[in-house]
Amino acid sequence: MDKTPSFIQIKGIRDGLLVTLDGAAWPELETIFVKNVDERSSFFQGARVALNVGAIELRVAELSALRDQLSERGIALWAVLSESSVTETTAQNLGLATRLTKPHPVDVRDAVEGLPENSSKWIKGPLRSGGRVLFEGNVVVMGDVNPGAEIVAGGSVIVWGRLRGVVHAGAQGDEKAVVCALELAPTQLRIAGDIAVSPKKQGKNQPEVASLKDGQLVAEPWQDLTGR
Amino acid sequence: MTGKVVTIASGKGGVGKTTSVANISVALASHGQKVTCIDGDIGLRNLDVVLGLENRIVYDLVDVIEGRCRLRQAMIRDKRLPELYLIPAAQTRDKTAISPSDMVRLCDELRQEVDWIIIDSPAGIERGFKNAIAAADRVLVMTNPEVSAVRDADRVIGLLEAEEKGPAALVINRYDPAMVRRGDMLSVEDVLDLLAVELIGIIPEDENVIVASNRGQPLALDGKSKAGQAFQNISRRLMGEQVPYMEFDSQNLLQRLLGRKK
Repeated sequence: MDKTPSFIQIKGIRDGLLVTLDGAAWPELETIFVKNVDERSSFFQGARVALNVGAIELRVAELSALRDQLSERGIALWAVLSESSVTETTAQNLGLATRLTKPHPVDVRDAVEGLPENSSKWIKGPLRSGGRVLFEGNVVVMGDVNPGAEIVAGGSVIVWGRLRGVVHAGAQGDEKAVVCALELAPTQLRIAGDIAVSPKKQGKNQPEVASLKDGQLVAEPWQDLTGR
Repeated sequence: MTGKVVTIASGKGGVGKTTSVANISVALASHGQKVTCIDGDIGLRNLDVVLGLENRIVYDLVDVIEGRCRLRQAMIRDKRLPELYLIPAAQTRDKTAISPSDMVRLCDELRQEVDWIIIDSPAGIERGFKNAIAAADRVLVMTNPEVSAVRDADRVIGLLEAEEKGPAALVINRYDPAMVRRGDMLSVEDVLDLLAVELIGIIPEDENVIVASNRGQPLALDGKSKAGQAFQNISRRLMGEQVPYMEFDSQNLLQRLLGRKK
């Protein structure tokens, strides 16, 4: 690696190559990386690349441009690691992974127990088909969750809109987790280890809360719970 | 001149993308606009057939991109209209023959010469779709009033949002008012409710569309049929006009009475 100074580091990992870019601003780093790829195209050809960009903030336009450039050269970019939440969101929007491997369930559980109770992820909807939200705490969606979308939360899920996708609350075994929505009609609803499918609609739509009661998944109108 | 690039996409196949590209292009050209349509479905080209220009293909999209011909040479002029051109897809290659940045370069060159560039996206959400939307200023998402097509449209709209392609506009094709009245088909409201995007056109089910496609004579050329009018309306809305939506319920009295008895 004599020709490439410390801007770029390439490491073989189980899932392909891990490329770490550091020490310069974005457009330069991108150029250095692409140039490096062109110089050693036989080495990179057909590779699956995970990219570590440290704290650099990347927007959709920048990241998708890089992804397209790489794909023209026969390289699949599958993950982007970053300390910046902007870059992480961008990568998620483009359907790229932001972790190299899924955390082991036990580790996640430990992480959840360490989280403050009010740790929530806020999502502006609609969450469309193919959209997937995975979060250790609670998830709040402002807008509809359409069929084909999926939410997996360690805590509870609140949907200010119609919930029609797949939702899993208490994914790490929290049986106190609840799911509420203005219109509760999920394709499938899971709380902790229990699964239910929405019954066919009857009557008018009203806000409902689903929870686990004595090991049974039940959905109750919101008003009945608050009217007491 | 800086032309606008409009891509028509759907996710699901068979909802009427190619037919719509042909008809919207024809409709725009009939208003005196200079239009080029591009068939993005490399390997499964169809737009040339629907436009009735199949036998005039010499060069195609991939030839232009790989530099075997000049852009002008691949633009087939439709003689029925003053300024309508087609850049056909290659049939012997596949989607990987071009890349999103090739499309951006090509469209930037074309923008100088025409008012409208209408791109026909292939079905799916892979390379061909990415190529087709790369240069788009606007994307029209096409769907039919049925659950699976709407589901795929939703996915495509989500992808467009992720790529920051601006708000998509929705075209509902093969709409059958009688079936909707019977409660056997999703209504326009049902579809809009789910997708939550702006509507730009509703095209009624019309068997003339199939006849016209087979003959290579796009419906929008004569403009008498309901579907032809709907395409004309979409083209006018693209040009910025406010056009009211077609009244589907004002069929003749007899039909209405019969419909109600069922």
